[in-house]
Amino acid sequence: MKASVYVISALAAGAFTVSAVAGEVTAPSQVMVNDEFAVEKSLTGTPGDVAAGRDWFANRKLGNCLACHQNADQASEPFHGEVGPTLDGAGDRWEPAQLRAIISNPKKIFGDQTIMPAFYSDRTGTRTAKKFAGTTILTAQQVEDIIAYVSTLKE
Amino acid sequence: MKKILTAGAVILMATLAMPAHAELDTDKLKGVKPTAENHPLEKIISGYEFRNKETQMLQDDDFDNPAYIWVDAGEELWSTADGAAGKSCADCHGDATTSMKGVKASYPKWNEAKGKPMTLQQQVNDCRTERMQADEWGWESDEMLGMAAYVASQSRGMPVAVKTDGQMTPWFEKGKDIYYTRVGQLDMSCANCHEDNYGKNIRADMLSQGQINGFPTYRLKWQKLGSVHRRFKGCMKNIRAKPFDVGSDEFVALELYVAWRGQNLPVESPAVRQ
Ligand code: HEC
Ligand code: HEC
Repeated sequence: MKASVYVISALAAGAFTVSAVAGEVTAPSQVMVNDEFAVEKSLTGTPGDVAAGRDWFANRKLGNCLACHQNADQASEPFHGEVGPTLDGAGDRWEPAQLRAIISNPKKIFGDQTIMPAFYSDRTGTRTAKKFAGTTILTAQQVEDIIAYVSTLKE
Repeated sequence: MKKILTAGAVILMATLAMPAHAELDTDKLKGVKPTAENHPLEKIISGYEFRNKETQMLQDDDFDNPAYIWVDAGEELWSTADGAAGKSCADCHGDATTSMKGVKASYPKWNEAKGKPMTLQQQVNDCRTERMQADEWGWESDEMLGMAAYVASQSRGMPVAVKTDGQMTPWFEKGKDIYYTRVGQLDMSCANCHEDNYGKNIRADMLSQGQINGFPTYRLKWQKLGSVHRRFKGCMKNIRAKPFDVGSDEFVALELYVAWRGQNLPVESPAVRQ
């Protein structure tokens, strides 16, 4: 019982806190977008895992990218959203460093009006539910995993 | 003997077939023109249009529409005395089919004594405490939902017509402000989904304009009727925001503003949604 409570609270605290201790992970506030609208440096230094990224992409509690984006590679998953453009061929259109910028904080790439959430940002909206306050939607490694996965979406 | 049975059956059928409410022209749900200048929508469309055929058919048929269990209970309560004053709604308001016609279409409405707008539910509770000396009903209780749905169904088919001028203006502006403010970890506003993206799928759901002309609504997911404020709460939770409280000034203001966005749509209560 105690152990599971500990695990849950550790998860809720998010990667940000945990990884800050490790020392190699870029904190959300330190993610710097360069003139090419890209973030060159890996957020963790650990290469992304394509298979894991594919899971986060569909997972409703994590990326939930499918909520808004169609993706032929996941045709077996029901219900692809239509709010954003299809990500078929996104790996041809974007460099990994650009995907890192888009996924971390799309407002810096598409403008403040975009509906796409910032998945690795410390600046959440007002009235954020207590449970999520001060956390990022994805961990730094999950972002790296999704970058690796989306880079494989070629036409 | 046989004759009596048949006559009984005929009467029974006649009672069942009687429309329990005014006619609703479903053509109007497809879209009406806004009456106000500067309305953000070109065409005001009911949530009905964005739902699948099966859900629409559940609503269309009064026998299948599960909301009528609550409406019938509400009708029953209308003439049931309650509270220390020993009065029922009917003692003050008479026949609901005439006295309550058009009422829902005008809510939330300014209340002079309270000095603020009130939702239909708040008005019902005001009658209960002030005039019947009865206890308030819970916001999401079967009694409240049934009464709200019964009263609302008397306005079925009538155009939504809330007042937003005069003393209502600051409430309208406050509701508008909440509608367009991005909140929660996902940092979205009501407008991001219901103004910018209606008609598109967001995962399994097709986004509607988020109109409230059908509330209280029977939601298949809830397996019961639910209030406008419950729905607002759900949407805020989905974007990981801390919702306002049901019955709060914020949600009353938001309800007023969203009702205005649906001005001129026919009252559809009780609607059925997924
Ligand atoms: C709530 C909706 C929403 C969600 C969730 C969402 N996106 Fe997006 N995304 C958009 C929109 C809309 C655009 C187009 C840019 C714009 O109009 O702001 C976009 C654009 C993109 C682009 C550029 C597309 C192109 O081909 O030009 C990529 C790549 C992308 N998103 C990846 C992702 C990934 C990966 C996730 C999940 C981790 C995700 N998105 C989650 C709405 C969303
Ligand atoms: C992330 C997207 C999203 C946001 C943001 C959002 N909603 Fe919704 N809303 C939905 C979805 C999905 C549904 C169910 C399908 C539908 O009716 O649109 C829904 C349904 C509704 C309904 C029921 C409509 C009907 O016909 O019964 C109302 C009312 C509503 N929303 C109001 C709001 C308000 C007010 C806000 C802001 C506080 C809001 N929503 C924010 C996604 C959203």
